[in-house]
Formats: sequence, C-alpha cells, structure tokens
Amino acid sequence: MTDVMQAITPETMTNAPRPEGIRNWRREEKGGILRLWLDCEGTGTNVISEDVLRELGSLLDIIADDRPRALAIRSAKPAGFAAGADIDGFSALRGAAAREKLEQGHAVLDTLAALPFPTIAVVHGHVLGGGFELALACAHRIGIDGVKFGFPEVQLGLHPGLGGTFRLPALIDPVEAMQMMLTGRSAHDRKAKRLGIVDALVPERHVEAALAAAADGRIDAAETGFRAAALRTRAARSLAAGRMRSEAEKKAPVRHYPAPHALIALWETHGGDAAAMQKAEIASFAELLDSATAQNLIRAFFLRRKLKSAGRGADGIDHVHVIGAGAMGAEIAAWSAIRGKRVTLEDVALEPLGAAIRQASKICDAKHLSGIETRDALDRMMPDPDGLGRSRADLVIEAAPEKRALKEKIYAALKDELKPGAILATNTSSIPLADLTPAAPDAARFAGLHFFNPVSKMQLVEVVAHERAAKETLDRLAAFTTAIDRLPARVHDYPGFLVNRVLTPYLMEALLLVDEGRDKREIDAAALAFGMPMGPVALADTVGLDICLEVAGSLRGALDRPMPDTPDWLAEMVGKGHVGRKADRGLYDYSGGEEPPDTPAEDPDEELIDRLILPMCDAGVECLRKRVASDADTVDAAMIFATGWAPFRGGPMHYAETRGHSAILERLRMLEGRHGPRFAPDPGWDDLG
Amino acid sequence: MTRPVYLVDGARTPFLKARGKPGPFTPVDLAVQCGRPLLMRQPFAETAFDLVILGCVNVIQDEMNPARVAALRQGMGDEQVAFSVQINCGSGMQSIDTAFRYIRDGSHEMILAGGTEALSHAPLVFREEAVEWFGGMAREKSALGKAQKLSEWRPDFFSPVIGLERGLIDPITSLNMGQTAEILAYRFGIDRATADAYAVESHHRLARAQREGWLDGEVVPAFDREGTAHEHDDGVRPDSSAEKLAKLSPAFEKPYGKVTAGNSSQITDGASWVILASETAVEAHGLTPIARIVDSEWAALDPAIMGLGPVLAATPLAQRHGLACDDIDLWELNEAFAAQVLACTAAWQDDAFCRDVLGYDGAFGRIDRDRLNVDGGAISLGHPVGTSGNRIVLHLANAMRRNDARRGIATECIGGGQGGAMLLEAA
Repeated sequence: MTDVMQAITPETMTNAPRPEGIRNWRREEKGGILRLWLDCEGTGTNVISEDVLRELGSLLDIIADDRPRALAIRSAKPAGFAAGADIDGFSALRGAAAREKLEQGHAVLDTLAALPFPTIAVVHGHVLGGGFELALACAHRIGIDGVKFGFPEVQLGLHPGLGGTFRLPALIDPVEAMQMMLTGRSAHDRKAKRLGIVDALVPERHVEAALAAAADGRIDAAETGFRAAALRTRAARSLAAGRMRSEAEKKAPVRHYPAPHALIALWETHGGDAAAMQKAEIASFAELLDSATAQNLIRAFFLRRKLKSAGRGADGIDHVHVIGAGAMGAEIAAWSAIRGKRVTLEDVALEPLGAAIRQASKICDAKHLSGIETRDALDRMMPDPDGLGRSRADLVIEAAPEKRALKEKIYAALKDELKPGAILATNTSSIPLADLTPAAPDAARFAGLHFFNPVSKMQLVEVVAHERAAKETLDRLAAFTTAIDRLPARVHDYPGFLVNRVLTPYLMEALLLVDEGRDKREIDAAALAFGMPMGPVALADTVGLDICLEVAGSLRGALDRPMPDTPDWLAEMVGKGHVGRKADRGLYDYSGGEEPPDTPAEDPDEELIDRLILPMCDAGVECLRKRVASDADTVDAAMIFATGWAPFRGGPMHYAETRGHSAILERLRMLEGRHGPRFAPDPGWDDLG
Repeated sequence: MTRPVYLVDGARTPFLKARGKPGPFTPVDLAVQCGRPLLMRQPFAETAFDLVILGCVNVIQDEMNPARVAALRQGMGDEQVAFSVQINCGSGMQSIDTAFRYIRDGSHEMILAGGTEALSHAPLVFREEAVEWFGGMAREKSALGKAQKLSEWRPDFFSPVIGLERGLIDPITSLNMGQTAEILAYRFGIDRATADAYAVESHHRLARAQREGWLDGEVVPAFDREGTAHEHDDGVRPDSSAEKLAKLSPAFEKPYGKVTAGNSSQITDGASWVILASETAVEAHGLTPIARIVDSEWAALDPAIMGLGPVLAATPLAQRHGLACDDIDLWELNEAFAAQVLACTAAWQDDAFCRDVLGYDGAFGRIDRDRLNVDGGAISLGHPVGTSGNRIVLHLANAMRRNDARRGIATECIGGGQGGAMLLEAA
C-alpha cells in the first residue's frame, strides 16, 4: 500500500530557482516577503563556506535596493539549517589569511544585520556554529519544532568566529550565552524559546503565518532581562568570569585547551561593546586556529568523519538479536533499540533480562528521551528467554561470557536457526576470531563487533575482520554501527584487536610502577597532566582488576613481544575480591571514600609519563606492521573515540610523529636499557620513515 | 458461507495481584508484554493480520482505543485496523467472538483478538459535588465570585471514590457483585464450607499446573521498568487450606454472608491474546491449529443473579449441537465466585430449573469437578475483567490438547446480568 503520509509530503522543501551565477542559494518572493533558501550544492548538509557567504553578500547588495517587505532566510535541506562553518575550508588558513577571510565573512553578516527592513531566519534541525551565527545576524528567528542551536567550536579548540561571541550575549542572558559557547551544549526547541534565542517556535505548517507576523512587526522580540544589564559593568563581568574560569579549568585545563579561557577573556574585557568585541573575536579566533590544540581537535573531527564514511550505505538490518544479557549485551540491546532497531535480547535467565530493561530505561532517562520516546524504545526491545528472535534477526550479536566452548555451543545451535543472509557477530574482546570462526554457521557471515563499555557513552565500535569474513559482512556491520550512531573502526583479528592491544601496556605498566613503590596518585595525576581522561590506575579499577589480569594473561600468551610482568599481588587482590570499582575496592578503596585524583600533576615526572605513553605508540606501530589497522589515522581515531586518548594531541601515532620518530625511538631504547626488553622498539618503526 | 475458524496460538501475561497501588503496567503495556513474544514466535510477519480486536473495561485516559495503541506499539504497522470492545467481564471473549464471526463469514482471514485489564490502575473518581464545584470555580470570572465559591469548598471534595469499587456495583440493582453471589448461594443452597473447599482446590490446581509446566507458552513473562521479571500468576496460594479460608469473615454481607475474599476471584492486572485464522490463512502460513471454534452464544438475565449467565449462554450451545452433558469433555467456567460457579453446576443438576428455564425434560447433568476448571481459575489466578474471557478460551484450547479432549466449552458470567459461551472442538 502507498504510504499516505509520504504521498502528501512534497519531496523537496522548495523548488525556487537559483539566481544566475549563484550555486548555494535559491531565491523566491511570496507575499512581498523575499526568501533566500540556503541549498549548498552537491551535499545533503549545509555548511557556511566562504562561497556561501560571498554569494549571500552579492544577493544582499541587490536586495537592499529592492526594499522588500521582509527578508526570510531558511534552509532547503530537510536535515537542518546548517551544520556549522566549512571546516575543510578554514582549517588550513593561517595568520593574516585567516583574519582576512574572517573579516570578509563578518562584513556580509554586518550587512545583513543592518538591513532596514525585517530580517527573519526560519530555522529547523541543526543550527550550529556558523549557521547559528548567520541566524543571529537576522533581526528575528522563527524556530521550527525540533530545532537545535549550538556552538560546538569549543570541541575544535576554538570559539565562535563569525560574530557569535558578541551577538549571542547581546540577544540572551550573557551568562547563558557564555555557557553555551564554553560547553558546546546545544539548546533544543523549547529551551531555545525559553532562553530567547527564537522569537517563536512553531511547527512547519504555521511558518507562513509566523513569517507574516514577523514581517509586520507583530512578533515580540525576546527580552534579555536584568542580568544582561547588570553585566554591562566590567566589575560584574569579572566576578562572573572568575567563576567561569574555575569551572572551565576543571573540565579543560588551559594548558591543553586555551579556547574557553580566550573566550572568557574576550567577554570580560569587551562585553557589551559589540564593535570592540568583534575586532577581538577575529584576532582571538585566528590565533586559536594556529594552535596545536585546535589543529589536533580539528583532525579528530576529520577522523570521526572518516570513520563514519567507512560505515556508509544501508545495513539491511532491521532486527538485531543479542545473545547474553550481561552488562555489555544489555547496553548493546538498549542502545540499538534507542536508535530505532527492533531488538530481541536473549538470556537463559530472566533476572538479567529484567535488569537489562531497567538499564535501558535508565539510559533513556540519561539521554533525556521523552516519555513517548522511552516507551517506544522499550517496546522495540523485547526480552527473549526463548530465543524467538534468532530466526528472525538480520544480525545476531553474541555477547555471552568469554568462554570459547560456550560460544561454540551457541554457534552450533544457531546453524539451523539463522535466516538466510543473517550475520553473526561476536562481541568477544579476548578470544581470537580465528579460534571461533570454525564454529560459526557461515564463516563469510561471521565477524567481530567489539563494543566498549558503556555503549551509550563510548562512541567506538571495532568491526573486526578475519581471513574468511566477506567484505559485504564487514560493510554491513560498519553501516549498522553508523546507523546506531556509533563510530566503526575497521580492524583485523589480533590479540586484543586494536584498542585493547594498544591500551593494555598503559594499564600494566602502571601496575608495575605501583609495584615499584610509586604512589598511585602520582601515576594517575601524571597521566592526567599528559591529557588522558583517566589515570591508568583508576582505569584499571574501572575496567576491573580481574579483567586486567585476564587480558594481560591472554595477550602475553598470544603476542610475540614482551608485556610488562603482572605483579603477584594482583592475582591475590582478585582472589580476595578486591577487583576495583565494581567491588567498591581495588587499588583505590572506594568503600572508604577514596577517589583517584581529578587534577593533573603540576610538574609531572616526564620519564613516568613516557613509560605509560610510549608503549602505546609502540603498540600502535606494531598494529600497523601486523595490518590490524590499515593506517595511522585509524589507530589514532580508535584510541581517541574508544578511550578518550588525549584528543588535543591527535592520538598516539600523531603524537609520535609530532615528537619525532627518532626522538621516540631513542627514548624507547633508553627505557629498554633501564627497565627491560618490553620497551624494545617494534621493528615497524623503520617502515614509518 | 460459513468457514471453519481455528485458534492457532495465544499467550497471556502472568496475572498480577493488585496491591493497593498502580501496578507496573497500564492496560496496553500488558497487552504489549504478551503480544510481542506471541507475534515473534509466529512464522509470519507482525503485519499479516487483517484486524486487531481488544477487550478492555477500564480504559485509561492515555490509551483511548487500546486495541489500536497496542497494535501500533507491537509493531503491527500504521495500516493495522484495530478496535476495542467492552461488554464488562465478557470483553475478552467478545473480541474472540467478533473475530470468529468475521472469519467464519469470509470477510477476514486472520485476526488478533485479546483482552486486557489493569484493575490496579482504576482511576480515583471525584465526587459529583466536587466536580460541580470545580466547574463553578472555573466559570466564576470576578474575584468576589471566586472568593464566594471558595467558601463553599468542603474537605470531603478531596476524598475520592475508588473507581474500581464503583465498577463492581451493579448500576441497576445497586448490588455489589459479591452480593449477587450471596443471592445465588442462598437460592441454590451453597454453604460456606463447600464454597471454601472449591476455592482451596482452585489454588491447588493452579499450583500443580505451574509446577508441571502446563502453562508454559501460554503464560509468558512480563518485564517491568524496575527490572522485575514477572514469571507466574502471583495470587496463587499453594498452601491454601479449608482451615485457613474458614478464618476469613464475609467480604460483602457481614456477619452472616458466605462470600469471602478467599472464595472470590482476585483483583488482578493481566492481558491475553489469541490468534484466529481461516483455513486459507492456516495453509498460507503453515500453521498448526490448537482448536476449532465451533459456535458461540450470549445470553442475559436479571442483573441480581448475573452469576447464572454461564448456564443461560452455554446451554443453547449444547442444544444447538445436540450435545449431552457428558459429550463435553472440559469446561472453563470463569470463577467469579466459588458460590456462583457452584450455583451454575447446581442449576444444571436441578430438574425443575432445567425444565422450567432451559426447556429440558429433566436435569442437564452433573459436571464433574475433574472436567471443570482443571487447572484452577480466577479464584487462584485472578480476574482482570476484560481479560478473563480471553484467557478461558485460550486455556480451554490448550487444556483440550493436553488432555486429548474432543470438545470443550468456555463460559463466563458478566456483571450487569449477562453470560457468554464458546464451543471448541479439537482441531
């Protein structure tokens, strides 16, 4: 049957023509209101590129003379208004060239802001970064339900650079404005209305009426309130800025992340003086763009995009069947259901199935799903003690306990049950796929799909290939990963795969350091100073000492290179049940209120840091040599998105390159001489050149 | 054209005792909990049904037309037609009967028919005077008027009436359902000890059925958001005994009444679905029917003796098909009250009643306890009113298959003075 809703919904948002010589805008006039539709050529997502702004400039020149009743700017892309500035275009700009381009862009938005008739941005979907700034240059904003505003620049080591730093604080409560820019947190439709970002929030069907009201001045401009007035004095701003600084420092130390502090200084010094702030914004943005932090964070942005593009295409997966309702299975099932897949979750016992539903409901809360969204997600996730989903699923994810015989038994039973074309994926983290493949119903349709805990927070998923896996299987798994809004890293079967192979030495070396009598707090604080999100001792406790012991053992047996020894007391602690955070007691005694340090060391021991970090770089090289990952970018991306590996340093491979391969080699040899053969550089360094 | 109609599968939730506060599931939640696994275990897609019919008495405000809400939530597709039916305690059987007739008459091939009820969610109802006061307050425009209205407020406006309590009172006779059972106990001479003994047996039978796994597949676990997996009907008391029940005081007519909480059905939440299919659908999807629905009947009588509804509804089925008492191998007669079930069987054994009321020459016959409610009933597992009629048909089909029975009747009394009955044959 025809989908009626589809039949009565137009295929495009507009059929307005592009004016001659213009590639990114469509223009039409209706009811005296001139409309400019942003429609970037050759892409599904608008970005605010140099071309977009230049073309807008030329269109505005003509419009200014036409004197229409009003000007409306909106997007012709169903996905949203604009995803931000054109990062590809500006990331390579430096110094004076950057400033010049910025000034040109500012000039266009200033022209827009100065037009003598009502200007109205009609925005839907994502209104981010440069797109937000374009909307801010209009006199009014009409938001369509579901609209989402945000300044994500801080995640790229930058702050807004097209007027956002002075236009947003002038429009809404300056403290709220600063929070948005400092945290990168977005404001969804009703919040945007409350903050005063939009003058009206309407469904698409009332846009024309709202536009007419705005054109006639019948729409109330948002009020900025008394706090804005209070913050016009320098003294008041300094007080607020002090609070913002200490808040920002906790999350992003200025040493590693200069942008938030630059933004605070900008506002503290020039707040309320738009002209001065505009000038300072351009200078500050250009300076930040030159910083290593911004360049590395922009690189991380590109790496993310690269991972995503490796998971393009249709996955052909509507129904996912997860076997094993342990912590991982439950998270995988819940997350897949939240992202729209139909899910059956199988376990032999009812209790973990119940716990999985509770966990799913908690994730829905944590992700701020509405009551209806939560209900629908939970409806899509069916506990399945009888394994009914096995024969219906397009993808079966085995997340059973890490016992080879158990997994083989499950695979044997699946042989007669899987529907034709179904993929079987294992979430194993420690059993080589080569060992499991012979038991799989169809080796070509079998692969690894290695999630990280908790799935709802950790973005990376390793799509693990083996000798007999079909390319189509791996492509579909990567597409599935993208479809559930995770990032696929395509890797090859290897002990620990990619991420655990690289990360394990970090944990094991830390345990050795503890064994040598180093203070665990010193170790963790040093790692934080390097920029790791969590120190290795704290991480070992979080992962679980039992798991560390098991992983270390299995890697030691499977790798042809020496691993750090495991201190004897580790097995004893595991024996006593002091396995880490989940037991309330591990290397830290959480039951006694002990918590790992959360502030980086002021003056960390560089050799200690090298002992923790360089083995990861070395393991990355080993993985490249063994073709576990196809290139250094994949290693960096996987480590950043699976473990939070100091993103402003660009990942372990990029870090090694920045520091210089010869310097790293020299350092490794020194550590080898001092601490043993585990630091002997991998032969793969020679191939990197 | 009349075509054969098959019951091919069905599943229900455990029946969960109402424990003085809203249970974890709304009516549609319950329907979805058992509907999902039922649909998942079929060899056809969720979208293969022509129609969904769901019985529900206490529909909550957020779930108008619960059949349609359930169909959508179960992934049956935007294009799934679905309607809800209500005939009080017969609602879950009404859905089956409507489906049966549609398929029999050739307009439909496959229908999902169910019943659902969350009695623990029955609303609190404001007293009428309170509602009037609220309305008056809203109409008052002036401050003075509002102040005056405010002075008319009485504290008892906020003492709500439990909707459930009101629902169990017959609106014509103003008798509580339990009182109608008292009337039957009196007229048919059912004493307290016999009623209690019947109730004890109900608990023991359900406990045995649970133990033996006879409910596997019929009852599927329900999972709530707090993480509890509800696996079994939780009102069962395997250790129930005549001594224990004898200690209870009358629930409805103190101090001399015979009907107690112990020999009445329990107030529970639960849902049940069955899949009905034509021969064409059975062949097209390669289904294995459990039973064939042969015929159905509805009857009505004085609301004060609504408990005799089964006798008036089931007897015409027997008469129409020339069946004597012994020709019916199994009976599911919904256990609203032990005294009411016993009054029904007494009526069928009563020469005068059968002659004067049913048109027989003498007594219809004795329905042995080993043919009646063989795995317990509403006294042990509860009576979610909109669901029970569906459950007894489903369970009759399953029990017939297990016991190699040829014929069975499922029948129920209906608050308001009605009865419903269905005749099933082994497929």
